[in-house]
Amino acid sequence: MNQTLAASTEIKGRSLWQDAWQRLLRNKAALTAVVVLATISLLVVAAPWLSPYEFDEIDWDLISTAPSLENGHIFGTDSVGRDLFVRTLHGGRMSLMVGIIATLVSLVIGITWGATAGYIGGRVDNIMMRIVDILYAMPFMFFVILLMVFFGRNIYLIFIAIGAINWLDMARIVRGQTLTLKNKEFVEAAMACGVSTPRIILRHIVPNLLGIVVVYVTLTIPQVILVESFLSFLGLGVQEPNTSWGALVNEGAQDMESAPWALLFPAGFLAATLFCFNFIGDGLRDALDPKDR
Amino acid sequence: MTKLLRVDDLKIHFRIPGEGLFRPRHKTLRAVDGISFDLDAGETLGIVGESGCGKSTLARGILGLVPVTGGSIWLAGEELAHLSARELRKRRQHMQIVFQDPLASLDPRMTVSEIIAEPLQVFEPNLGKKERKHKVQGIMERVGLLPNQINRYPHEFSGGQCQRIGIARALVLKPKLLICDEPVSALDVSIQAQIINLLMDIQEDMQLSMLFIAHDLSVVKQISHRVMVMYLGKMVEATTRDDLYRDPRHPYTRALIDAIPIPDPAIERNKKFEPLQGDLPSPLDPPSGCSFRTRCPMAADSCAAEAPAQREVSEGHWVSCHFA
Amino acid sequence: MPWIPKTADMPIPLLEVNNLRTSFHTNDGEVYAVNDLSFSVEKGETLGVVGESGSGKSQLVLSIINLLASNGQLQGSIRFQGQELVGMKPKEINRIRGNRIGMIFQDPMTCLNGYLTIARQMTEVLMHHQGLDYASAKKHSIEMLDAVHIPDAKNRIDRYPHEFSGGMRQRVMIAMALLCQPDLLIADEPSTALDVTVQAQIIQLMNELQQEFGMSIIMITHDLGVIAGISDNVMVMYGGRICEQAPVFELFDNPRHPYTLGLLRSVPRLDTAGSVKLHSIPGNPPNLLQLPPGCAFVDRCQKGIPVCDQRQPRLREISPEHRVACHLEELP
Repeated sequence: MNQTLAASTEIKGRSLWQDAWQRLLRNKAALTAVVVLATISLLVVAAPWLSPYEFDEIDWDLISTAPSLENGHIFGTDSVGRDLFVRTLHGGRMSLMVGIIATLVSLVIGITWGATAGYIGGRVDNIMMRIVDILYAMPFMFFVILLMVFFGRNIYLIFIAIGAINWLDMARIVRGQTLTLKNKEFVEAAMACGVSTPRIILRHIVPNLLGIVVVYVTLTIPQVILVESFLSFLGLGVQEPNTSWGALVNEGAQDMESAPWALLFPAGFLAATLFCFNFIGDGLRDALDPKDR
Repeated sequence: MTKLLRVDDLKIHFRIPGEGLFRPRHKTLRAVDGISFDLDAGETLGIVGESGCGKSTLARGILGLVPVTGGSIWLAGEELAHLSARELRKRRQHMQIVFQDPLASLDPRMTVSEIIAEPLQVFEPNLGKKERKHKVQGIMERVGLLPNQINRYPHEFSGGQCQRIGIARALVLKPKLLICDEPVSALDVSIQAQIINLLMDIQEDMQLSMLFIAHDLSVVKQISHRVMVMYLGKMVEATTRDDLYRDPRHPYTRALIDAIPIPDPAIERNKKFEPLQGDLPSPLDPPSGCSFRTRCPMAADSCAAEAPAQREVSEGHWVSCHFA
Repeated sequence: MPWIPKTADMPIPLLEVNNLRTSFHTNDGEVYAVNDLSFSVEKGETLGVVGESGSGKSQLVLSIINLLASNGQLQGSIRFQGQELVGMKPKEINRIRGNRIGMIFQDPMTCLNGYLTIARQMTEVLMHHQGLDYASAKKHSIEMLDAVHIPDAKNRIDRYPHEFSGGMRQRVMIAMALLCQPDLLIADEPSTALDVTVQAQIIQLMNELQQEFGMSIIMITHDLGVIAGISDNVMVMYGGRICEQAPVFELFDNPRHPYTLGLLRSVPRLDTAGSVKLHSIPGNPPNLLQLPPGCAFVDRCQKGIPVCDQRQPRLREISPEHRVACHLEELP
């Protein structure tokens, strides 16, 4: 009888993730940021269907026109007569893609590297982290410029270049966390239960790392977007007619006095996105930090 | 009776990196230094000592969680200290541990059933889902948890309940030896009694052998058949429970017993005793000869010159003191 | 007869707490950590406060010295030497805290700064509260370290906290708390984290210092043995309320509240342990978020009667100075 009773009235637990989610929902700033970011992402993805113009379509009659509803260029046009609305969204697509892909690259390398170094420890840890230190010492911009000079401007190169630098931070953070987790009693308990090392890493270490990793990811994406913008601003980023927010800001800044809209719209989108990521990151950090309860 | 566990001259030393940039000298921390004891099936041995005396390291050494420097450990007639890591892991189904901090010893991201079932997944991987759940619920009931709480997370339980989860995890494989590392010292007074009673019941039911580690002599007195007192990695006294409390021979044991406050103002206020002075010496740099001599009220010159040997003063009553 | 605060012809108690209520605003609702608490501490008296986790004993301490978390709220009255502390400005309370009221905590590192020498931290207190110059402040500090039996105080005062052992650090903290010769010393589990032999040293030291300086002590602990050795009066707390209060001998000889009784019987005692099975209180400590409308102890109490579920028991004086909050006491 006990068995049936037990089975019929099993109480659902509330996991730490659910708890964190509840706390995040209560955080107005983070929630707004999520909504705004979702909207921007949707716009960016749906860009081709939102406007009758192509991102590289040149309208010779309307060069550097101000935003107007009548001619359909709601953000105006740039100095060669391309529709800025569609270019802004197209640029956003590129910026977000760089942000997400480069972060994913750094995530995969960083977690593997950091968790391995942290869990195994000792000499292995020493060697692995010294490699990280050496890579840290490389002048990043110089490295990128060299790459560009050797291989020509190539968007994939940018992904790799940024990702290859960013995983260093991730590896350090993950290693530090792993070191503390490794000494937690529940890991020792798992060892005492006879659980094997790879299983301990997968089942106990990584799930407990995820919280901090998620926060870090939301803070890395905007950082990467900024780096890309900076590269584009220097003229090292994406190649025409492709564009990104950084490249658009660069173009817009050149004739800021005569056509301020060409600067303001992409800059506004860029700033809003960065804001959102940072707010979400902050909100997540508060939500995932159990000490804040 | 057969001996379930025999520990013979066990040594666990750690190398501590020395100071100094050039040619740092490594120091050796003798956490456990020549401990020997044995344990019958169904018997409880209490291990008592202050923090830093090596009692937790001893427990971890027996389980193979820290490398053993010397000596041997026999579990059910098999030598453990020199097994490979893989072989050792297999033996863990016969010996399990309950930790001091109930919440910290449970993975916060796992449900109760996942936690308790973890040893089952390792040692009985072919068990069906239903049977596994059945086993988990059975053991939960045994330790006094409601089986319908199976899907909850550790942070939703109080300290006492978390400790019950920890005990359930340790017992689900039906081990022969249970090591309890200060299982009640982090709990509230009213909960301590519950857990002590639970452990005593279970031990009798399952004919478990238990190593019960604590700093509290009164808790140890409640639960143990025999007691061993440790100081700086060495055994100072070991005997049956009644013998130890009736006739403590080592000055350190006497000091420990005297230092425990008794919850009765009439007794407590009329107690005449001089508490042990000073602190535990650094285990990195233990005193010469008898390690207790720096705090011992009866220390003499011979104590500094020579470490006392373990002597059997009466049957089964071992003491290491020159004056016992 | 309900308990009436001491009348005018008696001298004013050192500390008088009336209907104190401490609540916290949390995401899961209002939490009452301390509820309707009234008691007083006389000059030179030691009040022992016993309770387990969730009893509100630590929040009571923080309430008295006005160090609640930012979401905490204080209601009622706390009069210290006739001065009302509730609602006092932070600046004024700072003049009392550390000066007239000393504090010691379970973990000495909560009030010692690891980056400053002991000398620096001790002299700072004296220079701030008593306006001494550095030389005399240091001299006084060394005297105080001598009083708590720190060997070689003169040289060790220039060391950092981490260079002391756990027991020694506790002594340093006690010395710091006593620097300004406070009238009240609040000790929150001062010996819990220590080894038994060191605990015995610290308790002995506190008894000795009380005789020397004559201050009152509020001793918070869960260890009934410590309580038996040091207190004059004992207050047992459960679920944020007082469930029993009595002079120490009376409480141990004649415990009336089922919780007190259960607590006393569930401690393994060195003089009796092992011969009998421990009595244990079933269930778990109360969750302050979900306190029942009636007695907080009701679901763990074996003597419960129907009224326990419905109404909060009143704290009644059943004999002089012995107060109990239990419905059983109200039965004819």
